[in-house]
Amino acid sequence: MAETKWVPNIRQIAKEMHERGFTGITPGHRLCAGCVAGTIVRQVMMAARKPVVVINATGCLEVATTIFPYTAWQVPWAHNAFENAAAVASGVERAQAKLIRDKRFEGDPDIEMDYDIVVFGGDGGTYDIGLQALSGALERGHKFMYVLYDNEAYMNTGIQRSGSTPFGAWTTTTPAGKVIPGKPVGKKPLVDIIAAHRIPYVATVSPYYWNDALVKFRKGFEADGPVFIRAFSTCNRGWYNAPEESIAISRLAVETCVFPLYEVVNGVEWRLSPPSLAIAKNPQKKKPVEEYLKTQRRFRHMFKPENRWMIKRFQEMVDYEWELLLERVGLKG
Amino acid sequence: MAKSVQQRMMSLNGDEAVAWAARQSNVDVVAAFPITPQTIIMERIAEFIHDGLMDSEIIRVESEHSALSASWGASIAGARAFTATAANGLALMWEILYIVASSRAPVVMAVVNRALSAPINIHCDHSDSMGARDSGWIQIYSEDAQEAYDNTIQAFRIAEHENVQLPVMVMLDGFLISHTMQNVQILPEDVVSDFVGYRKPSRIKLPEFYGEKEIPLMLNPKYPISIGPLDLYDYYFEHKMQQIEAMKRAPEVIKEIHKEFAEISGRSYGDGLLDPYRAEDADALIMGIGSTMGTMKAVVDELREEGKKVGSVRIRTFRPFPADEIRKLASGVSSLGVLDRSASFGAEGGPLFMEVRSALYSLKDRPPVLGYIYGLGGRDMPPRLLKKIAEEVLSAREEPERPRVGYPGVRE
Ligand SMILES: Cc1ncc(C[n+]2csc(CCOP(=O)(O)OP(=O)(O)O)c2C)c(N)n1
Ligand code: SF4
Ligand SMILES: [Mg+2]
Repeated sequence: MAETKWVPNIRQIAKEMHERGFTGITPGHRLCAGCVAGTIVRQVMMAARKPVVVINATGCLEVATTIFPYTAWQVPWAHNAFENAAAVASGVERAQAKLIRDKRFEGDPDIEMDYDIVVFGGDGGTYDIGLQALSGALERGHKFMYVLYDNEAYMNTGIQRSGSTPFGAWTTTTPAGKVIPGKPVGKKPLVDIIAAHRIPYVATVSPYYWNDALVKFRKGFEADGPVFIRAFSTCNRGWYNAPEESIAISRLAVETCVFPLYEVVNGVEWRLSPPSLAIAKNPQKKKPVEEYLKTQRRFRHMFKPENRWMIKRFQEMVDYEWELLLERVGLKG
Repeated sequence: MAKSVQQRMMSLNGDEAVAWAARQSNVDVVAAFPITPQTIIMERIAEFIHDGLMDSEIIRVESEHSALSASWGASIAGARAFTATAANGLALMWEILYIVASSRAPVVMAVVNRALSAPINIHCDHSDSMGARDSGWIQIYSEDAQEAYDNTIQAFRIAEHENVQLPVMVMLDGFLISHTMQNVQILPEDVVSDFVGYRKPSRIKLPEFYGEKEIPLMLNPKYPISIGPLDLYDYYFEHKMQQIEAMKRAPEVIKEIHKEFAEISGRSYGDGLLDPYRAEDADALIMGIGSTMGTMKAVVDELREEGKKVGSVRIRTFRPFPADEIRKLASGVSSLGVLDRSASFGAEGGPLFMEVRSALYSLKDRPPVLGYIYGLGGRDMPPRLLKKIAEEVLSAREEPERPRVGYPGVRE
């Protein structure tokens, strides 16, 4: 699997969505201007092949898209807690299987049981507090697509560090202090951990590369088992980037190899996606991380003369991960 | 109770009786995680399913937190969900207990009462479920394996009743009930199936704006709704009021379903809320919860033979708390004893003691109430100790200075 015949025709999709008055998530939600979490949700909806049911972990996306009596969701949506979205999805998925098997609601004109299940979780809800529930659900093999919108900190509670916060970054719990400037350690290699579950499909996406993202989300919907997709998700509040640069930063992250685009099929078959493959084949295209770091003031302290070593260290860490990835996709040596 | 149906007598322990009830109750999804003394429930259900005797999905989750989360997911997807746990498992569910109740998901859960850690202990007391008493779940306590079976079946009807829509916990004492073999009457499969039916998600009215329409309250692309949105000071309180009101409507429903079940099974337990024993003409009443109250009945008989007018009242539903019924029963008596199998550290007594005493406050002639905290961590409560307590309660009015809360069975 992990192949699809589907080719996104963006005009066609946009037209259809416009005609149906449906984009999955409506304008008027309260995500910050420039937040790409909403963009990621839309891209998922654009790739949908049938009705979608959304399970949302506690976090910015959940809080900013609902407040009773309002909701921005045009699809069935449920939120329970921070750390259990994958467990909730497990229950939904087994219930759906049982009710369809029993033909329980067949013939009820008010109920539709044929849908795909998508989970949206932030990095806090995925790398950290929700990792156990996610791991359990992946092991059990439930069919749902887990989309991590990775903004590299606990944004909803005010920008605290997470297992995804990169080395050196300022957060409110890793302040850029005089003695300890930012986060002293790097990121948890979450995609490796997830891929090690040998699930059918794992991928990374960046919203700038919408075509790549849509195809991957579509593969995710079509896969026969659990799917995990890590989406690069800028947060101008927490990263201190210019809101209008969110999409440009989504591109820079790939071009600097801070956020390479790739797929892992069945946990063993690693493949680079076209934008990252182009860099692998033509290494001088790889931009220095400094270009990426300077777009976000969460890294500002790293540019002070006494902290310049941090940029070097950041580059080394990115290079190390990139080399590791090249080895895995068989493009090294 | 004349025309009850032919039943099968089986030797089952309490856990097995609960598993049988789940097997017969058209449960769609079971999500559970093992913990002594609940494990047998999960094991039997797994056996039933693996042998094709029970048609449910089973999710063997990686924690109790996920067990309840998955049950909630199944419930909001339109299915009937069942889970079971004890002690530390229930404690781990704590966050989700409130969410399940507040979102009005009619999940049913068996709680096999076990002492909470630390020190780690696998035996019975009620500290686990008493700790969950404010979570918004209906709590029904069983006296023996038979009642655990009966209560579990009724729980689905109560939880899903349109006037209630609240999750239900069915309690049974760890080991004392869960692991004790008993002759249990098992109803025929089709009779239970007819009694509980299949889960029908409740319907909600659409806002007028959308026209006259009632839609199913579930994840359903036909009528998409958002379940579990952010809800701040402008609506949260009203939503809590709805929960409070639902709990107020629950006693009638519990009594009604209890009665209906009695008609098919021939078994009833008081009015469904309270199970009084020789209480009508009693001078002193002993109130309590769970299997100890079975022993208490024998002790009451013994005391009666000695001419001592003692009766007992077993509380079946701690939530909703039957305050009116307790007032009625207590209004004629001269003294009351309340047995608590859990402590509320720093409080004046155990949870049941506090609630009973509070219920009696509006009586003109308030009888003295003595509290007893007993049996923590599975400490035995033998008949002689119950007898001593009853005699003490009987003489309570003559010695008003006596300390109000005792700890029978504890070493000095
Ligand atoms: C059990 C629990 N602990 C803590 C919180 C507080 N909390 C709510 S959202 C959140 C951070 C969410 O971070 P993330 O998952 O990265 O999503 P983001 O808000 O960044 O999109 C925290 C700590 C909570 N709701 N529940
Ligand atoms: S704080 Fe960040 S993640 Fe949250 S809505 Fe704003 S930009 Fe998006
Ligand atoms: Mg985050």
